[in-house]
Amino acid sequence: MTEVTLTVNGKKYTQNVFDHVLLSDFIREKLKLTGTHIGCDTSQCGACVIHLDGKSIKSCTMLAVQADGCDVLTIEGLADGDVLHPMQRAFHENHGLQCGFCTPGMIMSAIELIKGKPDITEQEIRQGLEGNLCRCTGYQNIVKSIQEAAKNENNLTNR
Amino acid sequence: MYSFNYLKPGSIKEAESLLSESDDNKVISGGMTLLPTLKQRLARIDNLIGLEKCGLDKIILREGLLNIGAMVTHFDVSNSALVKTENPAIAQLASHIGDRQVRNRGTIGGSLANNDPSACYPAAILAMSGTIHTTKRDIKAENFFVDLFETALEEDEIITSVSLPKPERAAYEKFPNPASRYAIVGIFVAKFDSEVRVAVTGAGEEGVFRCQQIETALSAKFLPESLSEINISADGLMSDIHAEADYRAHLIVELAKRAVAKSIAR
Ligand SMILES: Cc1cc2nc3c(=O)[nH]c(=O)nc-3n(C[C@H](O)[C@H](O)[C@H](O)COP(=O)(O)OP(=O)(O)OC[C@H]3O[C@@H](n4cnc5c(N)ncnc54)[C@H](O)[C@@H]3O)c2cc1C
Ligand code: FES
Ligand code: FES
Repeated sequence: MTEVTLTVNGKKYTQNVFDHVLLSDFIREKLKLTGTHIGCDTSQCGACVIHLDGKSIKSCTMLAVQADGCDVLTIEGLADGDVLHPMQRAFHENHGLQCGFCTPGMIMSAIELIKGKPDITEQEIRQGLEGNLCRCTGYQNIVKSIQEAAKNENNLTNR
Repeated sequence: MYSFNYLKPGSIKEAESLLSESDDNKVISGGMTLLPTLKQRLARIDNLIGLEKCGLDKIILREGLLNIGAMVTHFDVSNSALVKTENPAIAQLASHIGDRQVRNRGTIGGSLANNDPSACYPAAILAMSGTIHTTKRDIKAENFFVDLFETALEEDEIITSVSLPKPERAAYEKFPNPASRYAIVGIFVAKFDSEVRVAVTGAGEEGVFRCQQIETALSAKFLPESLSEINISADGLMSDIHAEADYRAHLIVELAKRAVAKSIAR
């Protein structure tokens, strides 16, 4: 067991964890933040994507002890009360989801993808989503959502 | 996952001595290969030794060679101004490894130590005749890649950095597996003053290899057209669910042409 201290969605947590616990399991089971999903065990689906010190990572492929001292942002940390984050709003308005299982990971990846790129092309978005799989939508509306959010990039708070 | 302890040594010396304490200790860099293996219980270890505090994350120019620390992530290689000017081909290669999240964690040291037969970096390091620096010695790329998932590294040896000479022209082309982004075939072409070197990943039954036939043709004339008459034998190439050996043989020539064209256009 190791004591880890990390900030998740602006709140500081200090907890004892077994060294072999994955960051995704820590977030879901210890912190009860179940918006971060687990869709595979091969590090390919991207349902578990969160931000670690501002970078998108697959939380299923990292240990909780490795995140000691880090700043974590999960899907739950995006909205401001009832006010959706611009990327969430864009997905909502463009029907960028069906079952919603891939959506938290898609949104976390998309936020990093469009940072500083208001003119990102469809091609760049499709390539940038290599690490996120969706089995429902066929990606069309996901790409549309992200493109719209990118256009509104000026309104995006880089949180 | 089986349980283990996670250790965070503060120096490479300390990491080396922890690693040599037991055969069941292992180092971890980005964890993008090792953690999935551990999750599937394909390996069992006592202590995982994290290299994140060992100062192996620098990219510098040393005696005219580009020196990349073992812990530098694929993203940082692709995004480094120094790499982009000194060796744009390897920056471009790194920008197409896996996906953004893999690139944000995966490292050059981990990739080389793992020597996956479909990994991208081995082709670049072999084609550019790089040197792998470890806690014990310097190993030339020619002597480093031994077989599938096998390198010249000893059990208690850690990669600290990689040095690369600057080619006149170079480029990497890969035909990615659409799901994993690993190379079904990947070709790195490097032209130096004295020679042309071409390395192939993803295709060989024994891992990365140099392709003499293509090297000879390109040494005569460094143009895509020089390869139009070349036929590569499928002997010794992999056949699997992704591609047959003769298809891989065809891809090698096709991708080599594209790599040459790309390196000339750069
Ligand atoms: C979805 C996905 C897609 C991918 N696509 C590609 C791709 O297209 N091309 C590609 O090349 N790779 C690809 N990879 C692999 C990726 O590049 C890994 O990052 C890399 O192979 C291993 O690097 P790592 O830092 O994560 O190593 P780790 O997983 O930490 O370690 C891998 C192995 O190397 C050993 N090791 C680590 N560091 C050192 C060191 N400094 N000295 C000695 N031994 C060490 C470890 O003990 C372990 O055995 C992909 C991975 C995933 C999950
Ligand atoms: S759960 Fe599939 S990549 Fe993390
Ligand atoms: S909306 Fe169902 S997996 Fe993407």
